[in-house]
Amino acid sequence: MGGTTTVPAAGLRTELRGFREVQRLAYDCAEAVAARLEPGVTEREAARMQRAWLRERGVRDWFHLPFAWFGDRTAFAGFRVPLQFFPTNRRLEPGMPFILDMAPVHRGFTADIGYSGALGPNPVQQRLAADLAAHRELILREVRERRPLREIYEDVDRLMVRQGCANRHRAYPFGVIAHKVDRVRERRLSPRLFGFGTQSLKGLAGDALHGHREGWSPLWSPYRFSDHPPHPGLWAVEPHLGFRGTGAKFEEILVVTDSADPEESAFWLDDDLPHVRRWTEGT
Amino acid sequence: MTVPDGVRERWVRTGGVELCVAELGDPRRPTVVLVHGYPDSKEVWSEVAARLADAFHVVLYDVRGHGRSTAPSPLRGGFTLEKLTDDFLAVADAVSPDRPVHLVGHDWGSVQSWEFVTVKRTEGRIASFTSMSGPSLDHFGHWINKRLRRPTPRRVGQLLGQGAKSWYVYLLHTPVLPELAWRGPLGRRWPGILERVEKVPGGDYPTSSLPSDAAHGAWLYRDNVRPRLRRPREDAYAHAPVQLVTPLGDAFLSERLYDGLELWVPHLTRRTLPAKHWVPRTRPDRLADWITEFVTATEDGRSGTAANGKHADRFGGQLVLVTGAGNGIGRATAFAFAEAGARVVAVDRDAEAAARTAELSRLIGAPDAWAEAVDVSDEQAMEKLAARVAAEYGVVDVLVNNAGIGLSGSFFDTTPEDWKKVLDVNLWGVIHGCRLFGRQMAERGQGGHIVNTASAAAFQPSRALPAYGTSKAAVLMLSECLRAELADQGIGVTAICPGLVNTNITSTAHFVGMDAEEEKRRQQRTARLYGARNYPPEKVADAVLEAVVHNRAVVPVTPEARGAHLMSRFAPRVLRRLARVNPPL
Repeated sequence: MGGTTTVPAAGLRTELRGFREVQRLAYDCAEAVAARLEPGVTEREAARMQRAWLRERGVRDWFHLPFAWFGDRTAFAGFRVPLQFFPTNRRLEPGMPFILDMAPVHRGFTADIGYSGALGPNPVQQRLAADLAAHRELILREVRERRPLREIYEDVDRLMVRQGCANRHRAYPFGVIAHKVDRVRERRLSPRLFGFGTQSLKGLAGDALHGHREGWSPLWSPYRFSDHPPHPGLWAVEPHLGFRGTGAKFEEILVVTDSADPEESAFWLDDDLPHVRRWTEGT
Repeated sequence: MTVPDGVRERWVRTGGVELCVAELGDPRRPTVVLVHGYPDSKEVWSEVAARLADAFHVVLYDVRGHGRSTAPSPLRGGFTLEKLTDDFLAVADAVSPDRPVHLVGHDWGSVQSWEFVTVKRTEGRIASFTSMSGPSLDHFGHWINKRLRRPTPRRVGQLLGQGAKSWYVYLLHTPVLPELAWRGPLGRRWPGILERVEKVPGGDYPTSSLPSDAAHGAWLYRDNVRPRLRRPREDAYAHAPVQLVTPLGDAFLSERLYDGLELWVPHLTRRTLPAKHWVPRTRPDRLADWITEFVTATEDGRSGTAANGKHADRFGGQLVLVTGAGNGIGRATAFAFAEAGARVVAVDRDAEAAARTAELSRLIGAPDAWAEAVDVSDEQAMEKLAARVAAEYGVVDVLVNNAGIGLSGSFFDTTPEDWKKVLDVNLWGVIHGCRLFGRQMAERGQGGHIVNTASAAAFQPSRALPAYGTSKAAVLMLSECLRAELADQGIGVTAICPGLVNTNITSTAHFVGMDAEEEKRRQQRTARLYGARNYPPEKVADAVLEAVVHNRAVVPVTPEARGAHLMSRFAPRVLRRLARVNPPL
């Protein structure tokens, strides 16, 4: 597919159902793997567990291969080159925060999710995870107001500073807080480049080309190329908070349409996700 | 002895001597035994004991031959560590027969307590040990041997350093002379020497028994030092958790003596204190605090303390007040102190931001943290704050006057109101802080530190920052003058001079001589410029802690600030040329 996919209203629901299913599948995987984490497990092992769990359930292609970050790597402490994102032999210890991040493609639908937790009680991690709720609200509200993405990015930044935290999604390639995801053609082979599925990269590259001509970008960044109102499509949004060696994020799909009705113009693909449930239980 | 009412005295008979034992506080509480050093008697502990008596059963005794305890006869051979261990066990059995005691030793009291805590026969009788200014002679012996066996230049330097500090030990080994000196002129002059050189406050310490304490106590050295240093015990492992308090200004003991102590002590908590040798007299508040924390932790079954950030040895339990703690450098500084285990008072005019700082501080290691919503330029509010802090949290150990606002634009566009506003916060805020909290520190007389946030603009002139630069230059000079005045009282003053640091001072700064829209545009561009420079406030916070630890006077932070500071001394004309450049905003 790729390109400027303004999904026709009729097909929208079936289309979204596909995305919702794979996003749920990914979060189920995250919860299942998180429940199996114990002291001594390495990041590589955690990543492999995610991969195996999803492969067993029919996932053959990836937007990107699963990541796992433990300890101060959840806040990307000292990250300089993108290779540092890949899982290492860092072992999980009691009380350590962790993040699982995976982007499976299932039946052509892509999900990209992030799941934060800690092995046992970790008050700082719990605080950060709770603070993310305000960002989820802020992003949705400002996207509905059709504010330029760059300004929303800066508002998220300001909220993080007020909260006393640091913006850690700035460490991602291009400093993105979100990127577009799309349907991917199912192929027999699914080669990958630096952990990213080539089909998905192709889609992103196509978007970038179209966007370049039309004045928008599939990457939501702090830079000038994101100085445009939200573009219709599916955005995997991933605000990432860091505070002195502890990081927390969520990642899920925000649906943006060209509807004039604010409620319809943007909404989270699914509100029944682990972090959202935790917030509603907490209040 | 200046101890509160309710001191109970008893005599314990052991090994041919009678020991005078004093007890304070409720005997049902954990027992803390305080052992004095040389030349001292148990009265050296009076200030600390009084502070501990509310929470603990405090026991002090005069070591044999000191104070009101009797001396062994003959003196030679009567002061061996074995006999001192007998004495301790006799006292412990008398005051706390069924529960192990918490041991605290200073100077020779610590030397003998090391023996108590490392010999087999006291196992189960000691719950914890707080050591100050007195190493184990066995550990010391091994320390010397290790350095003699492989004398690298550094090790030789350490040996010579400690060798020079031990001059009095050699003198005490000469026969008769020390006794004559102590019973003669030295004994008479000693209180004056302590007050002048060691800054020990006068009053009823030392006691009148000093000459005979000092004369008898010489045998502590003669009976133990040579045999133990020649043949140190191989099994001197501590069987209880140890808290090591190291005064950094100790004239008699190098802090290097405790390198590698972890080999001998499985559960070691390190503390450092910027003070001289007689800490029980000069820093009773801090000691009482650390002893209380350590004893309580041990009683609760924890070993050591929660905070393990950088400089936790120095700031653990201290009270730190930071103004402008709602964001930027102030908030980062509060967090850095919190990680080091300090108690934090976060002051900001934005109540919500201050509360947030306090909340996060508690999460990362501060035993306690409070938020106070105060505008530092408001004299009365600051006075109320000072009174409240003193009454509720205690005397501030480290004060960080950090709150400040930005103001940029031509001198002629700066109105008197603009001037007043910037001086009120940036200068008067600092003056109020120093005046109120500095006075509390000085009156307590137990040291402290004041950090004032100046700026690189204090020595780098700029046509764009006449008012801001003036206010910060004033803060720098105020800090220097105050440093001179407070030096004698053990209170350090530091001016921190950051350059371009990524905080939101840029988006709240006032730009004069333009309309609101242009001002907003400038604020945004400055914020992006500072963001691109991206020097994090956390690094400034680290510099603040370093500056306090090393008692630095002026600390430029960021390369551009260091460069400007150097140039202000060696090439001021270059700075003047730079000052004429209009910043490209």
